[in-house]
Amino acid sequence: MSVDQDTVRKIARLARIKVDEAEVPQLEGELNGILKWIEMLNEVDTGNIAPMTSVVAMDMKKRDDEVTDGGYPADIVKNAAESDDGFFMVPKVVE
Amino acid sequence: MSHLTELKISEIRDGLAGREFSAAELTDAYINAIEGSRVLNAYIAETPDLAREQAAQSDKRLADGEARPLEGVPLGIKDLFAVNGVHTQACSHILDGFKPTYNATVAANLFDDGAVMLGKLNMDEFAMGSSNETSYYGNVINPWRREGSNVALVPGGSSGGSASAVAAHICAGATGTDTGGSIRQPAALTGTVGIKPTYGRCSRWGIVAFASSLDQAGPIARDVRDAAILLKSMASHDPRDTTSVNAAVPDYEASLTGDIRGLKVGVPKEYRVDGMPEEIDRLWEQGAAWLKDRGAEVVDISLPHTKYALPAYYIVAPAEASSNLARYDGVRYGLRVPGDDLVSMYENTRAAGFGKEVQRRVLIGTYVLSAGYYDAYYVKAQRIRSLIKRDFEEAWNKVDVILTPATPSPAFAPGEITDPVQMYLNDVFTVTVNMAGLPGISVPAGLSGGGLPLGLQLIGKAFDEETLFRTAHVMEADAGFTARPDKWW
Repeated sequence: MSVDQDTVRKIARLARIKVDEAEVPQLEGELNGILKWIEMLNEVDTGNIAPMTSVVAMDMKKRDDEVTDGGYPADIVKNAAESDDGFFMVPKVVE
Repeated sequence: MSHLTELKISEIRDGLAGREFSAAELTDAYINAIEGSRVLNAYIAETPDLAREQAAQSDKRLADGEARPLEGVPLGIKDLFAVNGVHTQACSHILDGFKPTYNATVAANLFDDGAVMLGKLNMDEFAMGSSNETSYYGNVINPWRREGSNVALVPGGSSGGSASAVAAHICAGATGTDTGGSIRQPAALTGTVGIKPTYGRCSRWGIVAFASSLDQAGPIARDVRDAAILLKSMASHDPRDTTSVNAAVPDYEASLTGDIRGLKVGVPKEYRVDGMPEEIDRLWEQGAAWLKDRGAEVVDISLPHTKYALPAYYIVAPAEASSNLARYDGVRYGLRVPGDDLVSMYENTRAAGFGKEVQRRVLIGTYVLSAGYYDAYYVKAQRIRSLIKRDFEEAWNKVDVILTPATPSPAFAPGEITDPVQMYLNDVFTVTVNMAGLPGISVPAGLSGGGLPLGLQLIGKAFDEETLFRTAHVMEADAGFTARPDKWW
């Protein structure tokens, strides 16, 4: 499978990365180079093979459903580009 | 007191205990060495004040007879590990100014054991790279050069700053992380020892996530014993990481017995790849001969799906990265580039904040996870992963440990490899280990024709790092690798 320039624009939009029009042809070439190389996997018959779901067989860890952390909003917003009174500030999203 | 930087961690431990020097003197010697080595660009944030404060505490502990396992040992920490109040950016522009309010579990474990932090180490952006050329903070330079040449070489990656700093003796040891070879490949290219432990051995909590089913922390050190000492402190069970394994951490140093009689060592034929330099093939045979001479039995084995590991990795890792890196949106931390609305702010921020290789991988990951392609790519790759794991499980019926080359070539020059797929091939011998979650160690074993370090890799059974250390220790002794880079910097 390969991507065309429209697909490059579409996945850039999905990934929320602004891509300049001038970069699209180069990205198309690079992504197709990688995708073509990956096609090698089609040689392998994986029909009866289950996908790997965990690296080490172990039971999922569970804990009681209770609050175990928190209570420090100042720390949480400390690294934000913009915050006010313990809230993250973003551009207006509702008109 | 520059000779202090010559001491290995095991020697530092003895020297401090015997009051031959103080932790403060040792730390000052390293701070001076770092100041004189900035041309290597190994550190992207130096923390001398913190280091001196920690060293003073270590001296007090030593005086009170309360020394901990790493008391006063000066280490470098890869920029991927969160350290409270200190630059933590995964060497990306998008995390501009980020200073966490907590320590990664691995960093906390090291501090709890008395380690001194000298600073944060350079790396490929978000650990995506094999040459340390994708860092927002510039290339790291390998202290090694080809014989008679003054051309700069890469230290490998992504833990390039860690490997360069350990090789240049501007830290006693360093932390690294390994998603496809990012500890073992730079260790091989700099003549240092690097171990990626079994997935789940070290907590991932507080380590900036790249590909969560593959990422694992481990040390880069000057020798096998130092690596064993460091891993003992780094590893732990951590309830905050659901994949961290609740198993006792052995005393790895105790496994360095020097006795490998009866050990079965597998040599997989699929690792003899096309175009591999003859000197690497020869070194591999030499490694097998050393182990045989010490009483091990060398067995030919087959790992038939080896060649599919790297392409499958380049589906799994970008897919997980595209998901993990979705959090960088200009809202909660790091860079924000304004836009006309919320979505354009996201798009502008991520375009300016991520470098080219990171963008490429996020795009590939987004594509392989997008509607209609998930089964053809991601699920297919996870099925291949099951086959790779099964290859190893079958091998463990015949052998205890597997010997391979660590890298397909010695260190190369910055800019020498520009094609992404060619760069990815640097991890051809290391990536299978991540795909199967196994431990692997790279040990310096000889020099190339051009006088550059070459490494051999040992692969072990899950949670059997002890056999890896024991075997690596024997191989290290026989290789007698004592070469050092000329100090040109």
